[in-house]
Amino acid sequence: MGETYQVTEQRSGQTFRCKAGQSVLKAMEQQGLKCVPVGCRGGGCGFCKITVLNGDFECGKMSRVHVPPGAIGEGEVLACRIYPLGNLIIECRPQPAGRLASEHTTTKVLR
Amino acid sequence: MKKGVMRPGHVQIRVLDMDEAVKHYKDLLGLIEMDRDDQGRVYLKGWTEVDKFSVVLREADEPGMDFMGFKCLNEDVLGQLRSELIERGCEVEDIPAGELRDCGRRVRFIAPTGHAFELYATKKQTGKWGVGNHNPEAWPRGLEGIKATRFDHCLLYGPNLDETLDLFRDVLGFDLAEQVIAPDGKRVAQFLTVSTKAHDIAFIHHEEPGKFHHASFFLETWQDVLKAADLLSMTDTSIDIGPTRHGLTHGQTIYFFDPSGNRNEVFAGGDYHYPDHEPVTWDAEELGKAIFYHDRVLNERFLTVLT
Repeated sequence: MGETYQVTEQRSGQTFRCKAGQSVLKAMEQQGLKCVPVGCRGGGCGFCKITVLNGDFECGKMSRVHVPPGAIGEGEVLACRIYPLGNLIIECRPQPAGRLASEHTTTKVLR
Repeated sequence: MKKGVMRPGHVQIRVLDMDEAVKHYKDLLGLIEMDRDDQGRVYLKGWTEVDKFSVVLREADEPGMDFMGFKCLNEDVLGQLRSELIERGCEVEDIPAGELRDCGRRVRFIAPTGHAFELYATKKQTGKWGVGNHNPEAWPRGLEGIKATRFDHCLLYGPNLDETLDLFRDVLGFDLAEQVIAPDGKRVAQFLTVSTKAHDIAFIHHEEPGKFHHASFFLETWQDVLKAADLLSMTDTSIDIGPTRHGLTHGQTIYFFDPSGNRNEVFAGGDYHYPDHEPVTWDAEELGKAIFYHDRVLNERFLTVLT
């Protein structure tokens, strides 16, 4: 513990610090960034799915639906359940237009 | 018309890690651990509930809801409803007594939304925890955390709301208490009751079947909701939104997630419904206010984050 690593989200170009033992999603939220979508924060909903392009990390438990067997080896994980062991380069999935610009959405989502 | 279904009786929730889940539901939410079985399932309940359990946790590698059960008046009613479900074309599965500990036989069916529901009539009654029913005190000492009083309802996401309403109304005797109607006339949310509560089960339209939005637990007062929010912050628990008030049902609420990402709600207050009441209708254009009465805008997470 005590180490701090650098996480770079490639799609947005944003960079943030993440302490050893801290989840990548929590570190991002604490620094006020929104480059990875935030869902349940518990490995269940798959909202914060990312690909780790480079770097080592540990994982907590994640839903098999969103992280099927073998996906971890490909770096396809949930940001709320990975803990860096070094600097990371990550990439989140393509965002629907406008999502990064606003947390809010319209009723169209329901239709 | 009432058909002998009394109330939501239990929900079985899948969790990724049982120890973390028990800590959440017991120490934080304040449910009482009542039993465990040889499958490793953990049985809990809110302290005011008379039956032995209402929440069953099962460890699995994906979170979500296995099934929700409704308690019926008696075994005759259960048999009658089983026949009516079959006449209606539902495939029913008979679960033998004892599969859930101290619970009688259960009749399981899949609703058109893709969710598994069960009817049952018999469950061991252990009484209100810590107070009983003879000269009972106001509340028991020794409750933990948020001190949730009872499992109240679930909100589920799936397709085929019309068919689901027909089934719940015609066969099971539920009423439509509240609804959200889109500009094209399509019902996109329905809150059903089998009691005088504003909802015993709620559905929101979603293309993917069988999704779980939340299980909800009842608190007495707005102050209890605020204290719940304090405890969620003290324990660094993932909050979705709140404390706030709903437009739909007008309950005072906070939403948060269990450690596996299943959403929970604790709420107080809310409207009531009798069978002669017309449904309350919200227009989909007012959905922000309908769901979050003060913010009057939706957060995307509430609509799309499901297990």
